Amino acid sequence: MKRIFVGLVLTGLVALAAGLFITRPQKIEPARFLALTGDPSRGEAVFWAGGCASCHKAEGSEDAMALPGGRRFKTDFGTFIAPNISPESSHGLGAWTLLDFASAMLNGTSPDGRHYYPAFPYSTYTRANDQDIADLWVFLRTLPPQDRADVPHEIGFPFSIRASVGGWKLLFLKDEFVQDEADNARGQYLVEALGHCAECHTPRNLLGALDSSRWMAGAPNPSSKGRIPGLTPAQLNWSEADIAFYLETGFTPDFDSAGGEMVEVIQNMAKLTAEDRAAIAAYIKALPSP
Amino acid sequence: MAFARTLIVTAAFAATASLAFAGGHGGNPAVKARKSHMQLYQHNVGILFGMAKGEVDYDADAASAAANNLATLSGGISQRTYWAPGTSNAELGEETRALPAAWESGSKAGEIGGQLADAATELAAVAGDGLDALKPALGPVGGACTACHKAYRQPFN
Repeated sequence: MKRIFVGLVLTGLVALAAGLFITRPQKIEPARFLALTGDPSRGEAVFWAGGCASCHKAEGSEDAMALPGGRRFKTDFGTFIAPNISPESSHGLGAWTLLDFASAMLNGTSPDGRHYYPAFPYSTYTRANDQDIADLWVFLRTLPPQDRADVPHEIGFPFSIRASVGGWKLLFLKDEFVQDEADNARGQYLVEALGHCAECHTPRNLLGALDSSRWMAGAPNPSSKGRIPGLTPAQLNWSEADIAFYLETGFTPDFDSAGGEMVEVIQNMAKLTAEDRAAIAAYIKALPSP
Repeated sequence: MAFARTLIVTAAFAATASLAFAGGHGGNPAVKARKSHMQLYQHNVGILFGMAKGEVDYDADAASAAANNLATLSGGISQRTYWAPGTSNAELGEETRALPAAWESGSKAGEIGGQLADAATELAAVAGDGLDALKPALGPVGGACTACHKAYRQPFN
């Protein structure tokens, strides 16, 4: 009897160890980024398309170039507090390497080898191409350092166990694209790899992963009352020109203005080229209705 | 007898007043006033942004008229009574989307209103000078609209 018990415990420990090993935080292979050199002006375009400032600027700040973090994001899993991503050595990314940055953006792994929570939308950024990551990295290094220390997220048990994120990644961290938009690769890339539109406009399953069967079909707003609207053709009858104009100016087809969190998104989208906004609009018009 | 007559007249008056209230004159007057004001903004903004968007051909006179209206609406009309205390969506529910934060200390609503007035005045000065002059002057006007709606208007449910 005792022997069976010991056997069971040992088997359990081996399974746990194997599980932890399989779901351990993964870094990017150094060779992958060796030959890449970033270009800061191209990186700025990636910065606007990726919407970094919307989360990482200070609460209430209008300065998209100052990224001390500190904004709070209330979710069903707890409150996440955006970290400092300015190039400051002790609190920000000042001591990071390009490889650290790539591991964070593409694998959701921190320089000290821990899982990030997917409130940081690396499950979107994982589709970004390596050159864009390298360009964004050198652009971020040009921004003014911000002296603000990060504070821990306010997450209750069991989500406070970071190792559990490893299992989440195994299930949901995938770098293939979601929609079949072969004739609009740019629009697909902007929406699904950088813009992370789906992170708000797509409902989530019980584990907090995006439900691709209801892609962009609208979702509850975790931070406030109300719903984030669906964008599928059955839900949004704007023309491509209407969508592109809204992303540039914040005005709907009947000339009401955007409000809420979307205002921040539009401030970023307004910095893209007209071609890129048109590509996003074409992607949205081509969405399947759920 | 006189008392009964007074009572009947009073009751009839009250009934008429409440019918009139239910028949379309209801709602908080401050909310109605500011929604009407917003509709006038929207109408004039629509003329100008419609030209910028290419939906409507540029017309210097129409653009100037709409921009002058915006300048007057934002800078020449007191909205004091439109934004009476106690008329946020916390107090009035679905009748309004105005958030309590607009009234709280530290609110920037008044400041943003001033920015809109300045932007509309600058817009009015150039709106008749052609589409290329109009377009860049629209940016700060739209920026003021979204700044206030971002912070102080509840998004649609």
